[in-house]
Amino acid sequence: MCKLHNKLLSNRLVINLNPKILEFKVEQIRKDFPILQQRIYNKSLVYLDNAATTQKPKQVIDIISEFYTKYNSNIHRGVHFLSEKTTLAYENARESVKNFINAKHEHEVIFTNGTTSAINLVAFSYGEKFINENDEIIISAMEHHSNIVPWQLLCERKKAKLKIIPFFSNGELALDELEKLLNEKTKLVAVNHVSNTIGTINPIKKIIEISHNHNVPVLIDGAQGIQHLEVDVQDLDVDFYAFSGHKVYGPTGIGVLYGKEKWLEEIPPYQGGGDMIKSVTFAKTVYNDLPFKFEAGTTNYIGAIGLASAIKYIEFIGLENIFNYEKQLLDYATTKLSTIEGLSIIGYAKEKSCIISFVLDGIHHFDAGMMLDKMDIAVRTGNHCTQPIMDYYKIDGTIRASMTFYNTKEEIDYLYDSILKVKQMFN
Amino acid sequence: MTIDEKQKEIIEEFSVFDDWMDKYSYLIEMGNNIQLIDDKYKTDEYIIRGCQSDVWLYAEYVDGIVNFTTDSNAILTKGIAALLVRVLSGHKPANIINADLYFVKEIGLDQHLSPTRANGLLSMLKQMKLYAMAYQAKNS
Repeated sequence: MCKLHNKLLSNRLVINLNPKILEFKVEQIRKDFPILQQRIYNKSLVYLDNAATTQKPKQVIDIISEFYTKYNSNIHRGVHFLSEKTTLAYENARESVKNFINAKHEHEVIFTNGTTSAINLVAFSYGEKFINENDEIIISAMEHHSNIVPWQLLCERKKAKLKIIPFFSNGELALDELEKLLNEKTKLVAVNHVSNTIGTINPIKKIIEISHNHNVPVLIDGAQGIQHLEVDVQDLDVDFYAFSGHKVYGPTGIGVLYGKEKWLEEIPPYQGGGDMIKSVTFAKTVYNDLPFKFEAGTTNYIGAIGLASAIKYIEFIGLENIFNYEKQLLDYATTKLSTIEGLSIIGYAKEKSCIISFVLDGIHHFDAGMMLDKMDIAVRTGNHCTQPIMDYYKIDGTIRASMTFYNTKEEIDYLYDSILKVKQMFN
Repeated sequence: MTIDEKQKEIIEEFSVFDDWMDKYSYLIEMGNNIQLIDDKYKTDEYIIRGCQSDVWLYAEYVDGIVNFTTDSNAILTKGIAALLVRVLSGHKPANIINADLYFVKEIGLDQHLSPTRANGLLSMLKQMKLYAMAYQAKNS
């Protein structure tokens, strides 16, 4: 019965992809994103703020709408038709994520609100179990605040210490320093897959290998990684990998914590509530099995179903195609923008994702961002929640153009022309 | 000129612009032409930090009148700060406290004074009113 239901449901969830996208044709792909079709300030939108959030293909929007319209019902507790249907779709979504990241077990996939809550979960639960006074946690100097502050809070709680892997001026991590920082007090290494500010793709496999040689587990903040690069958690041998749905073309408010079974079994629950328990008495509560032990309360189940749809979309286009196209786009944009006098790109790592952060001589990033906005270009300005990176480069902000597979060379040309206009305006 | 008259004057000035670039050019010009805060007050004591850009604001109270001077590290922010100073500076505390700054919406810059804008301008406006309240309390 269950299998039949599963089959029916997965048939229903087959998303209606445009069959013409058999090769990578950006103009075809753009048609799948309704938001890119609209005009803002009466001009076509040039969306270059993909590191903040990505736009959603119609397939994702449709499935969310369809579920709220036809099937909405709380999961895991109902005996009725709708609840069973939604529960199956939710658990199918878990299976999609498991396959997408090649996890060994479905129960190693925990649905969270996003990367931040996934990291906080580990900081709390792993911290409760394994971190004691004077223990050390290693992060890097290029982390998003979301991969700094949870560890600082943990260190305060447990009187532990935070150690920092520095990076070079080109934006590459000083891996030799990691070796030096690791010692018998080190209990965890937490670094990002890709820097949200300077685009560096960190050598996470190497970082995991080095850390494991010292018997130290590793958490990877994959918020900027998974939408651009293939992630195989078994091949990486990573202990925890966190990412957000909304940065991978899925809905907001849904994220994933992948954790190795052995760690998830060992660490205590993060939040208490419904669904994460087997039995509750005032004398003793018995926690539920994985993954439900970490999913207290009503989860964002329609968010998870939307995320599964986004994963199907990406898989259809192919991460390899995405990577190759984005690489071309990054090279094109880097070469073109570098020719602008007074423009300095921050971060020149050899392995770089589709993110260009830059500063303009004598022009405040806020002014440039405001002006570009009026030319219908959405970029992000400021410190990008990475104040330590700003401190390192002795700047107070950058203009960040973060691209993805639906951006085009023509958009980069328009960005180039618009930056020239900004310069004209302020100089 | 009253606060109301100044607001009408600004609305009139902006009414000739039909495109954003012209409005922004005018703001840049305003920012470049204002009497800047004295460098000795450009310190952390007088800074209003925004997530994106910072504003400095200094107030002095002379003969029952509040005078403001300002500066910012971003030119557009400085331009809007200059407009706020132009409207509110040189008035009695009570007038500043009760001022309804409708001109901001009229000239289409209200997005810059919304709480979601991280440029420090809304905090600047609150700070201007707070100064006025403090001077009024001192006076009574």
